[in-house]
Amino acid sequence: MSSQAELDKVIRSEYEAGFTTLVESDTLPPGLSEDVIRFISAKKGEPEWLLEWRLEAYRKWREMPEPEWAHLHYPKVDYDAISYYSAPKSMEDRPKSLDEVDPELLDTYKKLGIPLHEQEMLAGVAVDAVFDSVSIGTTFKEKLAEAGVIFCSISEAVQEHPELVRQYLGSVVPKSDNFFAGLNSAVFTDGSFVYIPKGVRCPMELSTYFRINEANTGQFERTLIVADEGSYVSYLEGCTAPQRDENQLHAAVVELVALPGAEIKYSTVQNWYPGDEDGKGGIYNFVTKRGVAHDHAKISWTQVETGSAITWKYPSVVLRGDHSVGEFYSVALTRHAQQADTGTKMIHLGKNTKSTIVSKGISAGKSSNAYRGLVRMGPRAENARNFTQCDSLLLGDRCGAHTFPYIESKHPSATVEHEATTSKVSDDQLFLCRQRGIDPEKAISMIVNGFCKEVFKELPMEFAVEAGKLLEVSLEGAVG
Amino acid sequence: MLEIRDLHAAVNGKAILKGLDLTVNPGEVHAIMGPNGSGKSTLANVLAGRDNYEITGGQAILDGHDLAELEPEERAQAGLFLAFQYPVEIPGVSNMEFLKAALEAVRKAQGKEEWDSVTLLRKAREACKQVNLDAQFLKRGVNEGFSGGEKKRNEIMQMLLMEPRLALLDETDSGLDIDALQTVARGVNSLRSPERGIVLVTHYQRLLDYIVPDHVHVLSDGRIIKSGGKELALELEQKGYGWLTGEEESA
Ligand SMILES: Nc1ncnc2c1ncn2[C@@H]1O[C@H](COP(=O)(O)OP(=O)(O)OP(=O)(O)O)[C@@H](O)[C@H]1O
Ligand SMILES: [Mg+2]
Repeated sequence: MSSQAELDKVIRSEYEAGFTTLVESDTLPPGLSEDVIRFISAKKGEPEWLLEWRLEAYRKWREMPEPEWAHLHYPKVDYDAISYYSAPKSMEDRPKSLDEVDPELLDTYKKLGIPLHEQEMLAGVAVDAVFDSVSIGTTFKEKLAEAGVIFCSISEAVQEHPELVRQYLGSVVPKSDNFFAGLNSAVFTDGSFVYIPKGVRCPMELSTYFRINEANTGQFERTLIVADEGSYVSYLEGCTAPQRDENQLHAAVVELVALPGAEIKYSTVQNWYPGDEDGKGGIYNFVTKRGVAHDHAKISWTQVETGSAITWKYPSVVLRGDHSVGEFYSVALTRHAQQADTGTKMIHLGKNTKSTIVSKGISAGKSSNAYRGLVRMGPRAENARNFTQCDSLLLGDRCGAHTFPYIESKHPSATVEHEATTSKVSDDQLFLCRQRGIDPEKAISMIVNGFCKEVFKELPMEFAVEAGKLLEVSLEGAVG
Repeated sequence: MLEIRDLHAAVNGKAILKGLDLTVNPGEVHAIMGPNGSGKSTLANVLAGRDNYEITGGQAILDGHDLAELEPEERAQAGLFLAFQYPVEIPGVSNMEFLKAALEAVRKAQGKEEWDSVTLLRKAREACKQVNLDAQFLKRGVNEGFSGGEKKRNEIMQMLLMEPRLALLDETDSGLDIDALQTVARGVNSLRSPERGIVLVTHYQRLLDYIVPDHVHVLSDGRIIKSGGKELALELEQKGYGWLTGEEESA
């Protein structure tokens, strides 16, 4: 068998999280208007200032052109064909604890390998589960409260901690930052909120699990994490969606604030439905993720992206404070007709700031995988340093990898290093494995995992294993 | 146990093996010599089932299996082991991880008991010691940044663990210093057994001083043109190949 045929088999595997949950939902008819925004805001019992904030975002958004510069091709999204709010009916009267949550919903998460009942949970990981537009529950709340950590849905935070939300919401990603962030600011429905008090090391990993269930809905979650001075938190998000023929829109905003001396480690394992072999269906993932690091603070993004029909995503760090550190570790796998345009921006403002970028792109099938990175050294960024390493791995010869590094340096003492490689899973490597008795499917997943090792070691232990498995599943196919 | 009859093979459509016969019985060590480009590596690759190495005529039978009908991994599971002339690197995949996957697959197929991780680690350390590789090599990526000689020893280390039925060693001696050569020879000799066949491809008599073959064959232009005992290798050392191929020896 030729190795192309071998690879084809291996990459033609099924999406395991593609089932739909049958729950009755309250879903707003498609379309976007000020009334829709008022409806969402009222549904959530939001204060006046937040409604105004949303409306202002909406008015600005309507005037913004959709970006076209990314290395992506897709039919224009009809923003009036999307429903902007969907909530399971059983969530109408918010359950007070997980025991009151619809078992059908809990089951969904269990099937996905995310049990929400605390006794079944991964030890040491607190989870917030977001189903379509609402959070259905957060685990380990009491234990976290003891440490003074706030971890809840953003809707709840608006009610319980309005002063924190008001102070930081939009402080990192302004509401008219870009087209998708603008849309999100207008219609965001739920997401997670985290606050770590001064000097506190969060006693467990925090994690949010996003699930899009309803057809024709968009998911616009908003996550805000504030780490106060000298604190530490490690946060993980996971995502899946049912398998559908239509494309679904996911336009999230994540804002991170690392106050002086704080450290935020944000990891993503993204497995949205990627669409089928011919590019039918799948999630459009247009996400704005950004963090601000103050003096001596550190923000580290680690992402493993295997899903979505289209990914447009550049987790960024603004290194505002002196001696602040930004890191970006990424694995992006594309197969079938998937398109990914992802990378990062490291904006060095402070002195002695340091950033590291390690990007691993894997392309298979007819997919296209682009890395786009910006490193900007501002006029005050004395002795700022960046190191970038971009490696691409091609499986087969019908896919593509592209690297677009942008460097802007306004300070003579700043140093920027860039290394890039492109390689193929060579026939020699595959043959060595097979000659040792290893079947091609296992061999490819082993080689790909090896390629990603530098990134996987940045993930929290439990999730590194998960990520490895996810790659394996994404690459799996019936080799007969 | 290995029966090659009138084997014809092509690489990317180009005929390389042109009617090759070879029989290896259990317990025997065969040395295959011959000029550059005569088809030695091709033979090894054809037997192991590399892509684009196509059998166009004749047969190769290992313990009753027609090799042409087996996928490469099935041949390995049937006990065929190839120590590569140029071992390839697999960055990020540790030697240990690789061995574990290989041994699991092969031992399972052969109905042998599975080794738990403690046993595996112990055996792997022993094998490393046998070929004079530090146990640290188990943690490094497969051949990643290994020196030429280390790669060759790493192949032998794997072979010791895999306990093959038929071992093909393609120029395992090239690029080894004299100590390493003896180490490798000791490793190979430790595998000599009445149950196992060994085929050595080499250019040098030197290796055959340490691993004394039962049979020596000369391969030229895709055919075995002369076979003999260990003395044939000595004769070749002195006279080169010219007197056999009818051409002047160029080197
Ligand atoms: N992929 C290939 N495409 C075309 N010709 C090939 C290919 N691989 C090998 N050959 C040719 O096949 C012939 C035999 O090569 P082979 O590697 O088997 O020789 P060898 O006897 O092992 O030589 P050496 O002693 O140099 O290792 C050579 O002429 C070589 O150029
Ligand atoms: Mg050769």
